[in-house]
Amino acid sequence: METIATTEWLAACRVEDAVKNGGVCVRHGNEQIALFYFTRRNEWYATQNECPHRRQMALSRGMLGSVGEEPKIACPFHKKTFSLSSGECLSGGECAIKTYPVKVENGLVYIGLDD
Amino acid sequence: MDKKTIVVIGNGMVGHRFCEKIVGKTDKFNIMVFGDEPRRAYDRVHLSDYVKKKDVDDLYLCKSDWYVRQNIKLYLNDPVKSINRTTKTIQSSNGVVIEYDFLVLATGSKAFVPNIPGVEKEGVFVYRTIEDLDLIKSYSVSVHQGVVLGGGLLGLEAAKAMMDLGIPSVAVIEAAPRLMPRQIDRGGSEILRRRLEQFGLSVYADRRAYRIEGDGSIRELRFDDGSVIKADMLIISAGICPRDELARECGIDVGERGGIVVDEYMQTSDPSVFAIGECALFEDTIYGLVAPGYEMADVAAARICEEGKIFRRFDMSTRLKLVGVEVASFGDPFMEAPYARTIVFEDKNDGIYKRLNVSNDGKYLLGGILVGDARDYNLLLQTVNNRLELPDSPGDLIMHTKEPIGTADGAGLSALPDNALICSCEGVTKGEICRAVMEAGCENADSVRQCTKAGSGCGGCIPMVKDLVVAAMKQQGKYIRNVVCEHFSLSRQELYDLIKIHRLESYNEVLDALGQGDGCEVCKPLISSLLASIWNDMILRKGNDTAQDSNDRFLANIQKGGTYSVVPRIPGGEITPDRLVVIGEVAKKYGLYTKITGAQRIDMFGAYLDDLPLIWEELIAAGFESGHAYGKALRTVKSCVGSTWCRFGLHDSVSFAIQIEERYRGLRAPHKIKSAVSGCIRECAEAQSKDFGIIATEKGWNLYVCGNGGSKPQHALLLAADVDSETCIRYIDRFLMFYIRTADPLTRTATWLNKMEGGIEYLRNVVVNDSLGMAAQWEAEMEDRARDYRCEWKAAVEDPEIRKRFSHFVNAPGEKDPTVKFEEMRGQKRAADWTLI
Repeated sequence: METIATTEWLAACRVEDAVKNGGVCVRHGNEQIALFYFTRRNEWYATQNECPHRRQMALSRGMLGSVGEEPKIACPFHKKTFSLSSGECLSGGECAIKTYPVKVENGLVYIGLDD
Repeated sequence: MDKKTIVVIGNGMVGHRFCEKIVGKTDKFNIMVFGDEPRRAYDRVHLSDYVKKKDVDDLYLCKSDWYVRQNIKLYLNDPVKSINRTTKTIQSSNGVVIEYDFLVLATGSKAFVPNIPGVEKEGVFVYRTIEDLDLIKSYSVSVHQGVVLGGGLLGLEAAKAMMDLGIPSVAVIEAAPRLMPRQIDRGGSEILRRRLEQFGLSVYADRRAYRIEGDGSIRELRFDDGSVIKADMLIISAGICPRDELARECGIDVGERGGIVVDEYMQTSDPSVFAIGECALFEDTIYGLVAPGYEMADVAAARICEEGKIFRRFDMSTRLKLVGVEVASFGDPFMEAPYARTIVFEDKNDGIYKRLNVSNDGKYLLGGILVGDARDYNLLLQTVNNRLELPDSPGDLIMHTKEPIGTADGAGLSALPDNALICSCEGVTKGEICRAVMEAGCENADSVRQCTKAGSGCGGCIPMVKDLVVAAMKQQGKYIRNVVCEHFSLSRQELYDLIKIHRLESYNEVLDALGQGDGCEVCKPLISSLLASIWNDMILRKGNDTAQDSNDRFLANIQKGGTYSVVPRIPGGEITPDRLVVIGEVAKKYGLYTKITGAQRIDMFGAYLDDLPLIWEELIAAGFESGHAYGKALRTVKSCVGSTWCRFGLHDSVSFAIQIEERYRGLRAPHKIKSAVSGCIRECAEAQSKDFGIIATEKGWNLYVCGNGGSKPQHALLLAADVDSETCIRYIDRFLMFYIRTADPLTRTATWLNKMEGGIEYLRNVVVNDSLGMAAQWEAEMEDRARDYRCEWKAAVEDPEIRKRFSHFVNAPGEKDPTVKFEEMRGQKRAADWTLI
C-alpha cells in the first residue's frame, strides 16, 4: 500500500517580519518553531525552538553560521551548534533537533508540518 | 681496497643506533649485524603501545630497506653461538662464520626470572619482546586476574598492558616495601600507589613470592608470609639480567653480578671487542635506559673511527607516564640533610607529590622527584644540569602560586645555554633545535623532530621543543599566527587594523572583504566587538544585531529559562533614594527578582523579552541608562565612600569613580573591564583586583593595572605612582586603547599582560613613556568616543525597527513565552531549574 504524506503548511509570517541573517519564533498551538532567514545564502530553515541541551526555548535567538558548507545555528545559552539541514548536533553529545521544510509564496513564509 | 669488518651482535635499539652512527661517519667498513629476533630493530620503549593500538610497523626504527641501502648485511633470527678471539671470528647458529676486525656486543638484557618453584607453568610470562607480547595477548583472553611480579618501571608498564588487554583485575607485587624504589622516595611512592589504586590496579608491597601453584597452568601465587593471591596469569618483571654469556664464554671480563666490563671508550678487556647498552657494565653500573645506551653507541662508533669521545657517568633523570600517572625523578632524587635541604609538597587529595633537593646555600637545585604532576620536569632538569641559579623561594617552582616558569614566551628557556641538553634520549641540545628553526626553516615540533630527532624517544621534551620553536621564531621576527576561525585566517589584531583601513562598518562587509563562508558564533561576536570599539556605532544597527552575542543583541543578560536580567548603570555605586524607589517600583511592576551585584549595582532578574523595552523606558525616564552588564565592555567603577564621609579618606574616591565610569561607559573591549577607586590605602574598593584600579595617596593617585578576580585571581601591578587626576585618566586612555588594539579575543587584561613580552616594564614604557608614539592618537580617539556616547537602551526603544525584535513570537506579538517557569524563594521568585530529560 502506498501512503502519500500530506504536508500541512503553516503561514508563519511575512518575509519582512523575519530577521535577516537571524531567527524568529513561530507559535503553532503549544509548539514553538524557530524560523531562520539565512539572507547571506538566500535560504530559509525551520527547526524546533527548544535546544535539547538544557531544554530552553532559545534557538530562534541563536546565531547563524556555517561549518564548511553546512549551515548551522548556535544556541545562545551554551553555544551548542546544530546543523540546519539535518538537525544533527555539531558540538557533540546532544540529540538532533527536528527540522521543517519552508517555502515562500507571495511574500508569505510557510512552514511545512507533518500531518 | 680492503675494508675492515665490524660485526655487531644484537639488533636492538642500541645496536641499531650504533649502525646509524657508523654509517653517518664513514663507509670504510663492512658491517654485519646478527639479531636473534625474527624482526629488525624496533622501539622497545613504547612496547606497551603495541598492546593497544600500534602496528608492529609503527614500532620499527627504520624502513625495511634501510640496512640494504646502507650496505649492511643483516642476519635476523640467527643468534651468534660463539666468539673465537684468537681467530677473531664469530659463528652463528645457522653456521655463518665471519672474521671481524671489531666486534660490538649489543646483546642487551633479558628478564631476570627468580627461581620460584612453578615458574615453568603455563600462564607465566616475561615482558621484553614483541613475541612475549603476542603470547601474552593470546593467553589473556580468558584471564580474570592478572598479576605482575615487580613494581618497578617495567612491572608497571606490564600492568598497564594487562589493563589495556581488558583483564578485569590486575595486581602488582613488589618485594621491596614500596613501588619504584630505585627512582622515587617513600612519600612519592605512597602517592603513586594511591593513584594507581584509583585506576583500579591493586598494589601489594613487601611481599616475596614463594611458590606458583596450579595444575599445569598457574592458579595462584603464594608468598613467604603465607598469604595467597589468585592469579590466572603472571608476568615476571623483577629486573633485568645483562646478556653477557657470549663474552663470559670467550674469556672477556664480566662483573661479579653480570655485565660486560667496559672502559670509557666502551672497550672490553679485549680492545677489539666493544660492549654497549644494557649488556655493558660501566663503573659498576648497568644502564637500563635507552638514552645512555644511545650515548654508548655513539662513543663506540667514535672510538672505532678514531675520534676522541668518552662516556661519562650518565644522568639517570627520567620522566614517565605509568598507568596514567606521571612520574619523574631527576638529578639526585634522594639526597638529603646534611648534604642538601629538601622542599616537599604533598597533596593527597589530588595525588601529587613533589620534592626538590636544594644545595645548603639555597642557590642550586641538586635533584628531585615529581609524582602526579610532572609538567615542571624539563625546566627543573635543565636547572640541575646547567647549574642555573635558583630564585629566592625555590618552592615557588613547584607550587604554581605564580605562572610556571618558561611559559610560551620562552622566558625561562632564554636563560639556558646553547649546549643545554633538551632531548636526552637523542642527545639534542638547545642550540641544535634553535638552528633547526633558524637555518633549516623548521616551524613546528614535528619538523624539528624530523630534522634533529629531538622528541622521537620518550617524547618528554616535546613541550619544551615547542616553546623553543616559538621562541626561536619570534627571535627571527617570524610571525606566529593565531587566527580567528575557519572564516577568517587573520588574527584579531590584523582584523582591527584592516577594518579600520578599509572602513568596514558591518559584519557582512567585513566577511565579504576579508573572510570566507558564512561566519559563526566565534567570529561574529569578535568582529561585532571590533566594530563597536572602532566606530562606536549603536551596536544593533547596520544588520549587526544578528552578529552580536545573544546578550548584546537584546541589551540584557539571558538567564535560566530564557528571561533576562536588567542592570542599570549606577556610577561609582552612588544612588539617590528617589532612584532606589524607582528601581523598587519597576521591579514590583514587572515581577522581577532583585539582588545587589558584586559591583555595587542592582540587578533585576526574570524580565520577559517583550517587557524589556517597557522596563527600560521607565528606568530612562527616571534618569537611568544601560549599565552594559551584557557586554564585553566597561562594567562598573566601584568605589569606597572616600574623603566626603570617611575619616581616613584622602581624596573623593566616589567623584573620581563616577568621572571615570562616565568616560569609559559602553567601551567595547576583548573582554569585560572592571575598575575601582579607593580613597586610601585601606583599599575598601578592592582596586587591586581590577583591570585598572586607583588608590588615593597623599600626593595623588596610584594607578594599578591588569588585576583579576574570578577563577584565576591576580593582583594588579603598579603602573604609575602619585599622579594627578588628569594624568591618571590619560594613562587609562592609553592603557585601554593599547589593550583593545592588541589583546587576543576573550582575553582579560591580566592574561594579556602575562603573555606580553617584557611584561609590566614594557607596558609602562608604552603607556607612561609613550614608546610607541601613539599616546596622542589614543587619547584623542578615547575623547571622541566619550563625547559620542549614547545610551543603547534609549536608542533601542526609540527605533521601531530595533524595538520590533523584542517579541517572543513573530506571529503573536505581545504574547509571552508560556514555557517560562518560576518558583518562589524567600519572598521572591527564582528561575525553575533546568529541566533535563
